[in-house]
Amino acid sequence: MNLTLLILLPLLTAVVILLMRSSVQVKWSALIGASAQFILALILFFTFRKERALGNASQMLFEIQYKWFPSWHISFHLGVDGISVAMILLTAFVVIAGVLVSWNVEKMTKEFYLLLILLSLGAYGFFISLDLFILFFFLEIAVIPKYLLIGIWGSGKKEYAANKLALMLMGGSALVLVGLLGLYFGGNENTFDLLLLSKMKIPIMVQKICFPLLFVGFGVFTALFPFHTWVPDGHSSAPTAGSMFLAGISMKLGGYGCLRVATYLMPEGAREYANIIIVLSTIAILYGAFATMMQKDLKYINAYSSVSHCGFVLLGIGMLTKTAIAGAVMQMVSHGLMTALFFAVIGMIYERTHTREVNEMGGLIKVMPFITTVLFIVGLCSLGLPGLSGFVAEMTVFMGSWQNPDPFHRVATIAACMSIVVTAVYILRAIGQTAMGPINDRYLSLQDAKWNEKLAAIILIAGIIAIGIAPFWLNDLVTPAAEVIMQKVAGK
Amino acid sequence: MLNDFLLLMKSELVLAFILFLLLILKVGKEIRNERLLALIQILLLGNFIFGFFFIESGSLFGGMFATNGLIAFQKSIIGLGIYLISLLFSDWLKKSEHLPEFFILLLSAVLGMFFLISSGNLLMFYLSLELATIPVAAMANFDLDKKISSEASMKMILSSALSSGVLLFGISLIYGVTGTMSFDQIAALLDGSSLQILAFVFLFTAFAFKLSIVPFHLWTADVYEGAPIAVTSFLSVISKGTIAFILLTILYKVFAPMYALWYNMVMLLSVITMVVGNLFALRQQNIKRFLAFSSIAQVGFILLGISSYSNEGTSSVVYFVLIYVFSNLAAFGVAGAISQAAGKERIEDYKGLYQTNPFISWVLALSLFSLAGIPPTAGFFGKLFLITAGASKGNYFFIAVAALNMIISLYYYLRIVRAVFMDKNDQPIAKINLDPSTKLGMIICTAGIILIGLLSWVYDYITTLSI
Repeated sequence: MNLTLLILLPLLTAVVILLMRSSVQVKWSALIGASAQFILALILFFTFRKERALGNASQMLFEIQYKWFPSWHISFHLGVDGISVAMILLTAFVVIAGVLVSWNVEKMTKEFYLLLILLSLGAYGFFISLDLFILFFFLEIAVIPKYLLIGIWGSGKKEYAANKLALMLMGGSALVLVGLLGLYFGGNENTFDLLLLSKMKIPIMVQKICFPLLFVGFGVFTALFPFHTWVPDGHSSAPTAGSMFLAGISMKLGGYGCLRVATYLMPEGAREYANIIIVLSTIAILYGAFATMMQKDLKYINAYSSVSHCGFVLLGIGMLTKTAIAGAVMQMVSHGLMTALFFAVIGMIYERTHTREVNEMGGLIKVMPFITTVLFIVGLCSLGLPGLSGFVAEMTVFMGSWQNPDPFHRVATIAACMSIVVTAVYILRAIGQTAMGPINDRYLSLQDAKWNEKLAAIILIAGIIAIGIAPFWLNDLVTPAAEVIMQKVAGK
Repeated sequence: MLNDFLLLMKSELVLAFILFLLLILKVGKEIRNERLLALIQILLLGNFIFGFFFIESGSLFGGMFATNGLIAFQKSIIGLGIYLISLLFSDWLKKSEHLPEFFILLLSAVLGMFFLISSGNLLMFYLSLELATIPVAAMANFDLDKKISSEASMKMILSSALSSGVLLFGISLIYGVTGTMSFDQIAALLDGSSLQILAFVFLFTAFAFKLSIVPFHLWTADVYEGAPIAVTSFLSVISKGTIAFILLTILYKVFAPMYALWYNMVMLLSVITMVVGNLFALRQQNIKRFLAFSSIAQVGFILLGISSYSNEGTSSVVYFVLIYVFSNLAAFGVAGAISQAAGKERIEDYKGLYQTNPFISWVLALSLFSLAGIPPTAGFFGKLFLITAGASKGNYFFIAVAALNMIISLYYYLRIVRAVFMDKNDQPIAKINLDPSTKLGMIICTAGIILIGLLSWVYDYITTLSI
């Protein structure tokens, strides 16, 4: 399978959207494009599994390399392993759901869908690139669409939130840039190629300087404490699809970068700073959970809980065991699906009730049974109910973390575990107040979900349940790739 | 000999030919401005295309004048820039009472720039620098009914006179130390004695004036604000680009033996220039002043690339200037179109522009993203290569400061994007009917902004030239 298709398809969709005239045409071409991406991602998944089953054990599959700026030793080098395939699947799920959910956007429809598709282009490109230069290129491509999505279609303090997000993310990528240059000039050969760099012995001094730069830089994207402050503002001000993309895809770029670039290329650096990562991510997990308790706005609730949940990703990476890293990747996929669904539901409720304040709602189950059922499912997934994806992912992270026998890791694991209780409190309270109890007369005439919203929710729920009931396929996909990373970190 | 002369100096000869043609047209029968401008645009396009043929390298007049593939390419960039200027500001140019004079002055300045890039001798260098400066000062006065325009012209004349004085002093010191004016011979005779350092500092000061490197930047904002936008764009894009090219030659060829000395200076000035340019740009309200300070910050990045003293440095600087021509001219083109149609030059007047003028809003946004270095625009590649070239010497602290500067600059570029796309305005600028040639210019700029980066062979071509 040719991986450039994953970049060309969104590009083609964007061009088609540009040529369309009416907003109906725009919506349908975006939906067709997103469905094609979805199918392509599934094809990629199955061919990847087939190749692996046939015994193709090379680290990266479907590698392609084109010449691009050869004088800087840059090449357009693409390839996927299990982790990338998992992330691509996630992206495809979220993109199609996001396109469906935004069916009601009437303000500058063409621009809206164009930016959504550009964002997905950045994400696909990021996950398949094996050259750090193009990885960085795609990372930055995704920043400006987010800025415009929030600033133009957002609500509340949207300009402030958009500015904060763009500047903090650019700050993160500035750190990444310096770290990448350190890698480029630090090894015994000037190259941006990920596979070449991974075979190189990078001097300890370079690792000690570049690892924190890269980890913090990517960490900003994935809400590393204390650089998480853009998350609540950005998520709550963004339009529904914007929040879905932001939390579902964009935050995962950071986690993937932390794992694939920082940890994989600089194992000594990772071992050096692992404890700091663990401390920071445990703080993020607990702080995010407790901060959520105080929130009254549904979007803020999900935004702060995203900080907490993404903490598990970084915790898993910091634990440096094979299981924990596999768990981190599974948590990325699980949280991506779950949080996208959560934001989608919040968007549906907000469109009808015109409020996101939990206190002002109540009894919604009587008028919109479908939407509230989805809210229950996603809430239960968030608090880690077995049978849904959240449980599988967090459990794997905890199991991986517990493999470290020393007290420090044990304490961190226990502390992180405690957040689950807090999560249960705020989730149950929020959905209880929203769905149960007496209904406000204002809401009696509200309609339940329309076809597009139902379809979006069903697609995401299918993903959540597929992971929750049969986690093996995801585990099989991710674990061999996590093992490659761990072997490098363990210095074998 | 004659053949050599014709071939090696062909760009200058073509330019002089166009210049004389304009002079004759001016003296002769009155031609309507529209037709004259169309003719000039065609001639300038021809000049640009012709720049890619008959490229030879060699030198004339005992080394006074030298050319090679890279210099020819640099001249093509300048030719492209003036062609774009003639397109983008056609509305303003058509209304001008002195259209032929404007282009006569502009082409003489460009002729000076061509000789400047090709100069192989300090005397030639000084002469062509003056030729490249004085006509521009006259052009700055072209808004004849505006006081601020003459003020700009006066400020420019005074500051360039001062810098010329400093330059001449530096040249005389160099002549005193080495006994020669020729670039090649000077390079062989330099050893880093204190008098030579003094001479170098004077020489560099003159460059700093022309490139508006901090702390010699104070004239820039006033001149940019006062001059007509077409002239401002010429000053900020073409003049700066040319000076950057010749600075490359002077530092890499003439002062190569003193590399260890000038590396620290250039690096430090680069960072200071970036920081100061960015900080001042943050609070500007007038779009021309804003672009002036942002161009100061861009010069900081150019210096970063120059500091690397390598082939990569040369190629990344030339590449960046090429991209800068497209991005900055597009921004100036939009500002010019708005100023011409609505008479507004303040950033807050741009609020709600997207509602009425989507096309120029996108052109403006793309050009600002390119200036800020956001992919997939070419500016991303240009800036990244400058930073990578600068990092090759391992000075990561300064590189980190440069990378952080990209965030500050993003903040103020986004200010305009926000005004255009997000802010509400009851009375946005009315729909502007763009002149077809202005539109063509903007389309060329946009295509350049998007394609120059993605098509890696452009950079590869420059690399093969700069070895």
